[in-house]
Amino acid sequence: MSSEPGNLALTAPVPPEVVLACRGVTKVFGDHAVLRGVDLDVGQHKAVVLIGASGSGKSTLLRCVNLLETVSDGTIHLDGVDITDPRVDAVAVRRRIGTVFQAYNLFPHLSVLDNVMLAPRVVHKVPAAEARERAMNLLGRVGLADKAAAYPDRLSGGQAQRTAIARALAYQPRLLLLDEITSALDPELVGEVLALVREVKAQGMTILMATHEMGFAREVADTVCFLDGGVVVESGPPAQVLANPTEARTRRFLERFISR
Amino acid sequence: MNLRGGAAPIEMPAGVLVSTAVAVPPLSELELDRRRYRRGRAQRSALVAVISTSLFAIVAVAAVVNAPGWERFRQAFLDLNVASSSFSFILGGLWLNLRLLAVTEVVVLIVALFVASLRTLRSPVLFPFRAMATAYVDFFRGLPLIILLYLVGFGLPSLRLSFVPTDPTILGGIALVLCYGAYVAEVFRSGIDGVHPSQRNAAASLGLSPLQTMRLVVLPQAVRRVLPPLLNDFVALQKDVGLVSLLGAVDAIRSAQIINAETYNYTPYLVAGLMFIALAVPSGRLADYVGARARRREQAGSVV
Ligand SMILES: Nc1ncnc2c1ncn2[C@@H]1O[C@H](COP(=O)(O)OP(=O)(O)OP(=O)(O)O)[C@@H](O)[C@H]1O
Ligand SMILES: [Mg+2]
Repeated sequence: MSSEPGNLALTAPVPPEVVLACRGVTKVFGDHAVLRGVDLDVGQHKAVVLIGASGSGKSTLLRCVNLLETVSDGTIHLDGVDITDPRVDAVAVRRRIGTVFQAYNLFPHLSVLDNVMLAPRVVHKVPAAEARERAMNLLGRVGLADKAAAYPDRLSGGQAQRTAIARALAYQPRLLLLDEITSALDPELVGEVLALVREVKAQGMTILMATHEMGFAREVADTVCFLDGGVVVESGPPAQVLANPTEARTRRFLERFISR
Repeated sequence: MNLRGGAAPIEMPAGVLVSTAVAVPPLSELELDRRRYRRGRAQRSALVAVISTSLFAIVAVAAVVNAPGWERFRQAFLDLNVASSSFSFILGGLWLNLRLLAVTEVVVLIVALFVASLRTLRSPVLFPFRAMATAYVDFFRGLPLIILLYLVGFGLPSLRLSFVPTDPTILGGIALVLCYGAYVAEVFRSGIDGVHPSQRNAAASLGLSPLQTMRLVVLPQAVRRVLPPLLNDFVALQKDVGLVSLLGAVDAIRSAQIINAETYNYTPYLVAGLMFIALAVPSGRLADYVGARARRREQAGSVV
């Protein structure tokens, strides 16, 4: 994985097994450059975990990937197609990416089942009976079959977040983006959500996630990327990055993190 | 830790936990290309919009100008001589509208805030006040404004009470306040109800009385929230102040009517109408601006 800061390897070939490839991704807000050339690959069936200080741009990078933000420079390839090209249909791209937000963002006016069924029915035109069956199936997998008729305001944080994950998985996305999905949860509830992510990964989903849960990064990640100063300072297997960082900046971040 | 006054030193992490802003990097050729492409697209859609709008305008104008009655219409409604000679007289009338507007807006605000506060009181002891406020809103929101104007403008003075004013402008202003007070009270009430109960709880747990909670915590948040619909009601009030002409007050519309009676020409009405529109445009833009700012504020800090 390329991690040269600011390396604009725009012409670097993207290997076919790579689902997501970021090259020199830059994002500037006004005169504040949040990302300054992020290079990052997510291989098929792999989980890449972003760590970094608050404000280091993890969410911004995820927002760039699902085109909620327009990159200021650089390219992002999804399955070899440059999705930062302005000619690309952003809606079609987002249909292939599932996203789970920190604040769940469930639709409060829809039941749990309808939240999960919405995209398959409306976007992917799946017939109602089939969508319902698949949604019930998914809800069973996330352990919420008995909550299908409930409304989101009746769910615990962990249940809400599992519903959000089921909703993102319902249209079988190519890539799953998870942004600090456990940071609004009580410690007891964190476990159930993380177990679910682990299972989703085991079933072959490709995942890019931002988290502050180092333990989880260690368990589920194939690659950990440390984001600082707008670039990927260090990336590699969790055993190496989290236990034996080579960069002084990574070491300082982890020390502060653990000492808290 | 320094707890004894003075500025306590704040420990900052050594540039690790808080990443700092860095200079904006130069753009790559690819990004410049993308920007050129987006600019080109934007220009093209702007061009298409301009062309289609002009085409529509040309067709519309042609249809009107070629209408069989166009000459008569032009003489009756678009007489430039009448327009220029009546302009200053009508503008003088508009001055009355403006003064009336300024006063009614302030009084409407006070009445509406008062009624809305009454309507949102929770205590059972205050039920009569709540019921009266509700009756007020029901009555004056339901009554057509023109009937209200006649009732207040002609009905009240006919009682011959010494303290009832006889000036049609003041009577018209009272009618407008009664009507708009009811509307704006409902706008305020929706804002008050929209403040999350946890805010009341937080205020109560600090020991604030219900009245203090309303005044210092609930109302400031409610007002901020309802500003856009409030401004919308004021734009409506801005043109409705012209209705005092029905009671005989010499405002812009009445002035136009006077000239119309002298010249048998309708152009003065058009002049007055354009003046009201010119007044509404800045208020409309202000309402847009305030609405956009409120949205930005509400949506700021949302996660992903
Ligand atoms: N729309 C925006 N306008 C201006 N600045 C923004 C905007 N969105 C994000 N930022 C800034 O970008 C920086 C990175 O924000 P981001 O949310 O990506 O951080 P993060 O790594 O996800 O942090 P956290 O761990 O707290 O979630 C912050 O300094 C933030 O203030
Ligand atoms: Mg974030």
